[in-house]
Amino acid sequence: MSTPVTWPLWEVFVRSRRGLSHTHAGSVHAPDAELALRNARDLYTRRGEGVSLWVVPSTAITASSPDERDPFFEPTADKPYRHPTFYEIPDGVKHL
Amino acid sequence: MTAAAHTAALALGDDALVLSHRLGEWAGHAPVLEEEVALANIALDLLGQARVLLSMAGDEDELAYLREERAFRNLQLVEQPNGDFAHTLARQLYFSTYQHLLYGQLATGDSVFAPLAGKAVHETAYHRDHAEQWTRRLGDGTEESHRRMQRAATALWQFTGEMFQPVEGVPADWQQLERSWQQSVTEVLTSATLEVPEGPRTGAWKAGAGRQGLHTESFGRMLAEMQHLHRSHPGARW
Amino acid sequence: MATAPARPTPGSAGEGMSEEAFEAVFDAAVAADERIEPRDWMPEAYRATLVRQIAQHAHSEIIGMQPEANWITRAPSLRRKAILMAKVQDEAGHGLYLYGAAETLGTSRDELLDKLHSGRQKYSSIFNYPTLTWADVGAIGWLVDGAAITNQVPLCRCSYGPYARAMVRVCKEESFHQRQGYESLLALSRGTAAQHEMAQDAVNRWWWPSLMMFGPPDDESAHSAQSMEWKIKRFSNDELRQRFVDICVPQAESLGLSLPDPDLRWNEERQHWDFGEIDWSEFKEILKGNGPCNDQRITQRRRAHENGAWVREAAEAYARKHSPGTPHTGTGQTPEHPAPPTGTGDRNGTRKATA
Repeated sequence: MSTPVTWPLWEVFVRSRRGLSHTHAGSVHAPDAELALRNARDLYTRRGEGVSLWVVPSTAITASSPDERDPFFEPTADKPYRHPTFYEIPDGVKHL
Repeated sequence: MTAAAHTAALALGDDALVLSHRLGEWAGHAPVLEEEVALANIALDLLGQARVLLSMAGDEDELAYLREERAFRNLQLVEQPNGDFAHTLARQLYFSTYQHLLYGQLATGDSVFAPLAGKAVHETAYHRDHAEQWTRRLGDGTEESHRRMQRAATALWQFTGEMFQPVEGVPADWQQLERSWQQSVTEVLTSATLEVPEGPRTGAWKAGAGRQGLHTESFGRMLAEMQHLHRSHPGARW
Repeated sequence: MATAPARPTPGSAGEGMSEEAFEAVFDAAVAADERIEPRDWMPEAYRATLVRQIAQHAHSEIIGMQPEANWITRAPSLRRKAILMAKVQDEAGHGLYLYGAAETLGTSRDELLDKLHSGRQKYSSIFNYPTLTWADVGAIGWLVDGAAITNQVPLCRCSYGPYARAMVRVCKEESFHQRQGYESLLALSRGTAAQHEMAQDAVNRWWWPSLMMFGPPDDESAHSAQSMEWKIKRFSNDELRQRFVDICVPQAESLGLSLPDPDLRWNEERQHWDFGEIDWSEFKEILKGNGPCNDQRITQRRRAHENGAWVREAAEAYARKHSPGTPHTGTGQTPEHPAPPTGTGDRNGTRKATA
């Protein structure tokens, strides 16, 4: 018997409707990009959940450091001035 | 509905019904889990088409469950047993190419089949794509897959001629259909490094084929299984 | 060569952190009802428990296709046939979601399938019972899927993110399964005398095995306490079983079918239904492999996998020829699919690096 073949993993991103961005839905196994797209279509849009799909080899994703609670993101937490709610605007001022 | 349209609805409906049943036999047996999902999608599309078409001709369940074998009008191609995955895919390639081209024609016409064809043409485009993708992978994959795919393509070739026998009530350009089919299938087989089979596209049997109600041996067994429960409870509702 | 980042990585807050410190961060996250994500540090036992549970769950979905697929070709109406095909297809889909979730823990689907095929991992024993009549399909939908949903809804809040997300998807789809089962049984119950009898017979056979699906009583359940603490499990076996019984009793009444338990009666004080003793000897025997369909189920699964090997190889060979850029390994060390991080030894990242 030959060595068992493992198809590579692909991450699947689905745009649920026009106007929204693609969001991560899960993963599929497929031997190549063409079949990855088709497998993703069959698995993640059986109930009309999507209008567009991306598949990306799982190994092609570069991520921030493993700890999702780490300093990579902390510096942004103390910059409330980047958020519009930081600013007080007198009542009655419109279009701001 | 005219008698011709009635016959036509049966022919097209039976094709979809019988192939859907065969694909349903794969459930739990597919070569990889992703294909469980894909084959079921195709089977469900076909069953949906069958239900619309049979309902045009009468009561869908009476037609599916209470007709005798000789009253079925499906092509012999679609009733052929699944065999291995290559065999199923060769059957898919031949039939979905035909069905996609046929519905493409019917969708642009004004026959009673136009509304159904308008929807089914999208479904069958996907079935055809699935079959073509896999024909290429099996044909141009490993030595073993090539051998299996070639054997399947050749074995089923004799059932492909029947598809282009004009069906009364189906307003199609049959010659055009056959030309496009031949061209497309040749292209796919060739790109899959497979030989286009050379044998005759119809059997030697002059009595007729599926469209005349003449079927192959395995079809009787298929119907026996499909109809048994329904027939065991006459008049019951499910 | 190990390819996964050793933990902690340079520049991360974890630099120099001890195992105990990691554990404290993990415990705090679980206590605060935060989700644990694939690349977070987690105790090895937590990882192992999750892999075991998610794998068993995934295996149950795909083995669970068989008893119902047994009736696809004999479904008595085209409508029922379409519903059943869609349902069995969903089960394959659920298996795929769940294997995906298990893979985020660094175990490949092939490894898991291999463990299923060789009997080293289990699937739910319920699928070792046969589907003898059409009514069994309805009874599975109502009782087996009903029990599964009762078990699974709390898992949508499980502490491990990918599992919880997969379960959200699964639960949405499962509610269709349960409703179609109930509707199918109702049609039989209100149908001819023969159909009614068929429905009652199916409920008689599936009721007790469904109750066993919640697992052994709390005081005998090996993994329960730790899993509750980790918030992998949210309610105990007995709590969930009681909840299920309470839901089913009135539903059975509406169906016009009886449940095969003479001890079933409303307990005003507890505000719950009391029910009879479960015969755990049957459960244990089936778990050991002595059920009516154990061999059949695993043999069919193994055969499908083995018969499909040449197809999977062909597609892979084709990809090598035509898509040379495609990665040719199974589980990569990627954001959602890291190798299990460990501070001990060289397991780190080597598992598929040579594939």
